[in-house]
Amino acid sequence: MSMEQDKTGASPPEVAAAGGDPPAPPPAKPAPPDKAEPPRAPRLVVSTSPHVHRDQDVPRIMRSVVWALVPGILVGLWFFGLAALQVYAIAVAGCLLFEWAFRRMLGRPGTLGDWSAVVTGLLLAMNLPAGSPWWLVVVGCLAAIVLGKQIYGGLGYNPFNPALVARVVLLVSFPVQMTTWPAQGGPLTVDATTAATPLGAIREALSVGQTVPQAMAGADFPVWKLLVGMRGGCLGEVSVIALLLGGLFLLRKGHIKWQVPVGFIATVFLFTGAAWLGDPERYANPLYHTFSGGLFLGAFFMATDMVTSPVTRRGMFIFAVGCGLITVIIRLWGGYPEGVSFAILLMNAATPLIDRYTKPQVFGAKRKLYEEAKAA
Amino acid sequence: MKFKGGIHPQYNKGTAALPVEEMPLGARYVVPLAQHLGAPGKPVVAKGDRVGRGQPLSEPGGFVSVAVHAPTSGKVTAVKELPHPLGLEMTAVEIEADGEDAWWEGVQPRGAWREMDPAALRDALRDAGLVGMGGATFPTHVKLSPPKDKPIGTFILNGAECEPYLTSDHRVMLEQPREVMEGVGLFMKVLGVTKAYVGVEANKADALDALKAACPPDLDVAFALLEVKYPQGSEKQLIYALTGRTVPAGGLPMDVGCLVQNVGTAVAAYEAIAKGWPLIQRVTTVTGAAIRQPKNLRLRVGTPLGDVLAFCGGLTEDVAKVVYGGPMMGIAQFSLDVPIIKGTSGVLCLPDAEVVQYLADACIRCGACVDACPMGLLPSTLGVLCERDRWEDLEDFNVADCIECGSCAFCCPAYRPLVQLIKRGKAELRRIQKMRQQGAA
Ligand code: SF4
Ligand code: SF4
Repeated sequence: MSMEQDKTGASPPEVAAAGGDPPAPPPAKPAPPDKAEPPRAPRLVVSTSPHVHRDQDVPRIMRSVVWALVPGILVGLWFFGLAALQVYAIAVAGCLLFEWAFRRMLGRPGTLGDWSAVVTGLLLAMNLPAGSPWWLVVVGCLAAIVLGKQIYGGLGYNPFNPALVARVVLLVSFPVQMTTWPAQGGPLTVDATTAATPLGAIREALSVGQTVPQAMAGADFPVWKLLVGMRGGCLGEVSVIALLLGGLFLLRKGHIKWQVPVGFIATVFLFTGAAWLGDPERYANPLYHTFSGGLFLGAFFMATDMVTSPVTRRGMFIFAVGCGLITVIIRLWGGYPEGVSFAILLMNAATPLIDRYTKPQVFGAKRKLYEEAKAA
Repeated sequence: MKFKGGIHPQYNKGTAALPVEEMPLGARYVVPLAQHLGAPGKPVVAKGDRVGRGQPLSEPGGFVSVAVHAPTSGKVTAVKELPHPLGLEMTAVEIEADGEDAWWEGVQPRGAWREMDPAALRDALRDAGLVGMGGATFPTHVKLSPPKDKPIGTFILNGAECEPYLTSDHRVMLEQPREVMEGVGLFMKVLGVTKAYVGVEANKADALDALKAACPPDLDVAFALLEVKYPQGSEKQLIYALTGRTVPAGGLPMDVGCLVQNVGTAVAAYEAIAKGWPLIQRVTTVTGAAIRQPKNLRLRVGTPLGDVLAFCGGLTEDVAKVVYGGPMMGIAQFSLDVPIIKGTSGVLCLPDAEVVQYLADACIRCGACVDACPMGLLPSTLGVLCERDRWEDLEDFNVADCIECGSCAFCCPAYRPLVQLIKRGKAELRRIQKMRQQGAA
């Protein structure tokens, strides 16, 4: 017992608290700030735990999404040329403008800093045909930001993916402009002839009584062209490889969960595959379906939208399978050649329901081990 | 075994290599009567009384309650309301030290625990004012008195110290491994168990080795290195990691025959029996970027925080937050006049630049909190329900199982104050449930 013997008389803390040991005459100038400085009462922040935070915030996530979109955007610009650049510019500027104006009008704090309007603008542009006239893009921005997001209260409250709301509004209101696909002319194209999309070509062929193999022979879309992006379609959906690159980046960063893209794409592959095995005359092969249309754009960048998809992994997978199924149904038997957008929007509507039935299991909900332990 | 969820915060355990320093005796001590979960004690001294070191200042206010003791010898200058680390003011005994630091005559060794009767050991621990020193401060003797239908078969020593910044347990394991292991044996004796586990996070392998080497040969103890993940030291997660048993939702460790004690408590228990010391000192880590000389200190319970900070070179100019405990679950202090209490495992001083502001921004439903929650809850939903005052709906989402570990808020990109919301929600739900019960009765 040694420690209780230390009978320290004057202890340092006491000295420090008393304000300096040598009782010096009042100094002419303020004492130099050393450890004998008079005790001061700092103003303390009092808040609930935790007192630390992971270095992650919404603007950073949104910026990562922007980076992830870059490969897809660049390929689009390369193939579709300056017309595409115009669409991108107007879409982003328009979304920022409407976001700013609407928040201001309602007297709510500005939200441009969260970068979500930029993401919405880019995604909207990627879901439009390359030659979209400027007014179409502006209407799209209005629909995305105001109808899709702000009337619900802004980011986090919107039930539907804003860019897809805009796309569907435009598709229903301006079907001709929304289905006029400029041919890919190269980086400097301004105007161009129109071309068919892979899925559109098949539908057209079927409608004039051709079989799918005949249509595919005529349309000339080998798999490598689909992978690279040499085909008609929306601005940002054409290059599977570029989109995959961005998607993998987001997966790595943890901003999207594999359950969504894998569930979505695998479902489309499996079900179109089943249909194709059943009747190859009527249905295109699964690779063709998987690599065309907006599937990769939708699976990696639209269905993964955090706000409008379920919060649990299990929920995400169910959501993704639902997206895949609806996509296949629309593509094979519906009124439109492509169904990714509708599928995602429908599943957005189902998200609260999915969340409800996919509550995670509470720690200790399983009683088995408990009984075992009691028996032991 | 690995538990689900959890997070990997920055550990900032820079004080791990600093040996425990003895804090010199001060002039004034403030000993709050409520330093544990449960009823506060009743004072047994009055202004003007002389007290010896280790003399009881209060008597327990019920079964779930313990006494507090004089940290040194001196004179009682007041028994009054004074600032308390848990907020507000609470009754405390103020002692002016006489510098003698003379033991009270009642402090005598209780004997060798191996030869003592479990009930006598338990009573001695109660009289020593023992509480869980990891921060929860639940009276130890109560924990050691499980109901007859819930026999304890396994004792677990919690050396995880998963809270960032804190290194007090780490140092105790390194410097006093024998006392720790004797404490383990003592607890096993009280409980009549033959099997014990010692769990230490893998970043403190040296501590585990020290304990292993110091383990008395008559104890059957399994030593395990645990995954470095917060909240590894949370009882339910620790039990799962060590034994694979899952404490049922809403249940207690004793439901799976386990009992967990913290490293500091083990040492205090050993000292309470072998030396007769009541719980009047503990090891505390004083750390953070806003303290000039971070230290691991052995200090007396009741030492004013201001003295402790001064002994560590004082706070920096840009200090903005002083927290009792670690950064994940610690309690921010509103004043520097509060004393160190039995549960103060650390004093974390954060500068302005490191203060995190949790705002009530909208949830973007990213699911990060869901992945992080070690209890399998939906923190996002809980947060939204609390925000909208939908207290009763919280029941469906098992809010009562939240251990307030803070993992959810830590990783929320929208900086939602999830723990704050959930704490409020829990309280409101309890209130409603109570009213319901009264209505039914
Ligand atoms: S504080 Fe509660 S809700 Fe949040 S992660 Fe911890 S246990 Fe889950
Ligand atoms: S981490 Fe935050 S933003 Fe993400 S789901 Fe949870 S509460 Fe919502």
